Amino acid sequence: MSKSKQTAGYKGAYSSQKKKEGEGRSCIRYRCGLTNTIQDVLNQRPGWVEVKDDGDWDFNWCDVGWLRENFDHSYMEEHVRICHFRNHYELTRKNLMVKNLKRYRKTLEREAGRLEASKCDFFPCTFVLPSEYHIFVEEFKRSPGSTWIMKPVARSQGKGIFLFRKLKDIIDWRKDGSRSEEQKDEAQVESYVAQRYIENPYLIAGRKFDLRVYVLVTSYIPLKAWLYRDGFARFSNTRFSLSSIDDQYVHLTNVAVQKTAPDYDPEKGCKWLMQQLRQYLTAKHGFETVQTLFKEIDNIFIRSLLSVQKTIINDKHCFELYGYDILLDQDLKPWLIEVNASPSLTASSQEDYDLKYRLLEDTLHIVDMEGRLTGKEKRVGGFDLMWNDGPVYTDVGLETLGSSCLVANTHLGCVNDRQKQLQQLLKPFPGQKRT
Amino acid sequence: MIMMDESAELSVSITQIVQRLKGTHLHSQLEKQAKECLHKPEIKLETLKDDVRRFLKASGWERKLQNAVYRELHILPPPGHPRAPPEHTKEPLAYMRKAQVNWEKRILKSLNSMCTELGIPLARKRPVPEQKELTNKWNEMGTDEPDLSKFRPVYAPKDFLEVLVGLKNPNNERSEDLTVRSHWGLIQVSLNVRDIPQMREMYPELGITYGQLGIDDHTHVPPDLFESEHIHIGKKVESEQDSAAAQQYSRQGCPTGLRAQLWSLILNTSNDPEDITHYEQLKARVIHHDLLVDNLIYKDVKLTASNDDYYFVFEDYLYQVLLCFSRDTAVLEHFNYNCATPPKSCIQSKSGSEQCAVVYPPNGVIPFHGFSMYVAPLCFLYNEPSKLYSVFREMYIRYFFRLHSISSHPSGIVSLCLQFERLLQTHLPQLFYHLREIGAQPLRIAFKWIVRAFSGYLSTDQLLLLWDRILGYDSLEIVAVLAAAVFAFRSENLMEVTSLASAEAVLADLSTLKVMPLLQIFLFATSV
Repeated sequence: MSKSKQTAGYKGAYSSQKKKEGEGRSCIRYRCGLTNTIQDVLNQRPGWVEVKDDGDWDFNWCDVGWLRENFDHSYMEEHVRICHFRNHYELTRKNLMVKNLKRYRKTLEREAGRLEASKCDFFPCTFVLPSEYHIFVEEFKRSPGSTWIMKPVARSQGKGIFLFRKLKDIIDWRKDGSRSEEQKDEAQVESYVAQRYIENPYLIAGRKFDLRVYVLVTSYIPLKAWLYRDGFARFSNTRFSLSSIDDQYVHLTNVAVQKTAPDYDPEKGCKWLMQQLRQYLTAKHGFETVQTLFKEIDNIFIRSLLSVQKTIINDKHCFELYGYDILLDQDLKPWLIEVNASPSLTASSQEDYDLKYRLLEDTLHIVDMEGRLTGKEKRVGGFDLMWNDGPVYTDVGLETLGSSCLVANTHLGCVNDRQKQLQQLLKPFPGQKRT
Repeated sequence: MIMMDESAELSVSITQIVQRLKGTHLHSQLEKQAKECLHKPEIKLETLKDDVRRFLKASGWERKLQNAVYRELHILPPPGHPRAPPEHTKEPLAYMRKAQVNWEKRILKSLNSMCTELGIPLARKRPVPEQKELTNKWNEMGTDEPDLSKFRPVYAPKDFLEVLVGLKNPNNERSEDLTVRSHWGLIQVSLNVRDIPQMREMYPELGITYGQLGIDDHTHVPPDLFESEHIHIGKKVESEQDSAAAQQYSRQGCPTGLRAQLWSLILNTSNDPEDITHYEQLKARVIHHDLLVDNLIYKDVKLTASNDDYYFVFEDYLYQVLLCFSRDTAVLEHFNYNCATPPKSCIQSKSGSEQCAVVYPPNGVIPFHGFSMYVAPLCFLYNEPSKLYSVFREMYIRYFFRLHSISSHPSGIVSLCLQFERLLQTHLPQLFYHLREIGAQPLRIAFKWIVRAFSGYLSTDQLLLLWDRILGYDSLEIVAVLAAAVFAFRSENLMEVTSLASAEAVLADLSTLKVMPLLQIFLFATSV
């Protein structure tokens, strides 16, 4: 298998470069707190130089820990960019997301009616514990026999998650019965959410899977969000069955959890690219059904972002690449499981590496430290502009007479011919070194 | 088909088809429909025959009959002299017959010796607790991790290639000198294979003036130019339920959303209660008896499909199809036109005194390394096991069997290999010569693609576009053409290599290839 990394093939020697409000620079200093794919992408970007420790930087790809400690004390010049919003956790912490979504939904119902509000019904019934314990119990009793899932608010990679069907199970748990030391140390007051478990997930060949989709937000006010065409479906290694709720390997599809399952074979990939999934679903259900499904998935991104629009501290220095986890049920309804502010950039295979490389490269194209974009683009590489203070539609050709319906500008799971598009779109880097 | 006496042959064919359709489920359904329609007011006694015919036409039953007849035409044994024995009709060339017989002997010997070595019976009745366990595990047989280390595949494609390379026509005196006029490739027999001008006439729909899925549905092409209209036609074809029309349509590719239905229509497979019952019966046979070949199937799936980035998900389906396939005696019918003979094994009767030969495995097909890849792409289209099974079985008995039996048929593996080599020698002589010189005979690299009809080598969407055309043209020839087109595409890099290993490396990854442009360019843009 050829292992060439995918870089946009820029040709040409140095060409004079316009400076735009001090953004166009010949040398960009970056700081990078992670040691995975992003490191390679930054390293290999022409004209970008790494600075360590206390040096001044123009660009910072930091982890959330660094952000928490340093953001408030850093002064950033106009052109500087950093990869997180100060209070991203409003979207990514499960308890806060639930709170924001519920509030947004209420507002929507008041202002636009029931139908509009029902478009927010993409997250399973969720309660924050312990504060909402009593209303949770009420709901729980109303649907006996249903399965619920307990998730820690701020954990990732599937840690601390378990399923239950009887109240007794969590009563025991609350009494410190089975919690590990780590969990007991959880200092926060609201540390868990209880969520209705989706008992009828869409299965492929008997296996459950979820979708990882990438959304880039460059501004909250006004809201500007881009959707990446690539993504993947992560399969559970074992066959789905409701009878084994203790087998957490069946139900959780995070690659991190799958890696610890006894029959995990690292040679065996458990991912499909989004394109493959979209093809499979189209072959099964037809073009129109799948078109509708992906429209509904778009809706999830937009609504979830709108729900925190006023809460997130907007800052022109900030952008954020989110990893959305979506689950499909048997009726092909998409559900939002969670949003990650730091989606894993570690690659599990060459194919995975290439995908993440492209994704990050295109992210940097959009952040545009080099000042090459006009700001009017609807597509940059594999990213399509999904929301720009309002819905974004594709440029409909003149040939499609008679169709007055507007087509959304998103192409999740579609062909990603980014190289060609980038060649046409972007000017070469200043001082481009010959490759 | 070369018709010596058209009308006589036609009546023979008609008789054969009528014979085959008699007593089928369709026959009884037609009779039933005809009887029931007698109650209808529009059926008059004076014009009974015509009225009933009209009714059957309007209600779609005539179409179903047409489709059934069309299907029978596909699997009709070749015409032959009434006095010729069936083997001669299936394969006229004696040396080919002999080679096939010898090959079969070898395979069977290999199977039997494995059986003796391991001390495992060819077939064994499962004890009841084991039957229960298997029934419970039916949908997740992939979770089993049996010890398969002692089992070897009965043969791999490269063993088969050696046999084909050794084929010689005793009537043909071949000098050892390599000249421009001699054949440079590995296949040393002379069969009539089509060249590019002939193929341009055979496959006009692949030409540049016709729209294609795989080319004209590209992102930069406005859908109004071809794609929208083609999809519209596809929906009509599907609703008309016309096999022949679907086959014609498939030549320009099937849209993803319609492919499953269209292929099923072309192959005339259904998912009636009758088919489901048949499948359930096969499943019951799997539960009751364990066959030695089952282990070969397990091993093959684990080594090939399970390791594939996309097909791994379908592991369970593959067992469900292949284990049943081994036990399906209906598959034996295809030996009416397959020059191979089903392998037989001796079974001692209960008293131990007599031995009788039974076909083993029951379907007469011994799986080889990579066999499961014939099924894997179909899992993308069908997820009901009985439906998946019907489609696979029909594809096997129409096409796939030709890829691993020795015959002179134009879609047979020998013809395909020869065609591939001839195309390369005619149109890329410099490349062919170069590869020969460095010890990298092209067929050694391409053979594995051809045997599997490219399954597992192309990306799935491209593979399905290729198989659309196999169905559309009812021929595997396109596989040989694609193999040559791939070499043509990578010829620049291949001219630089200096060893077989590096040639293999250049051609190791075909997952980025776009099949239809390659075929179109090779067939219609090559200068002749």
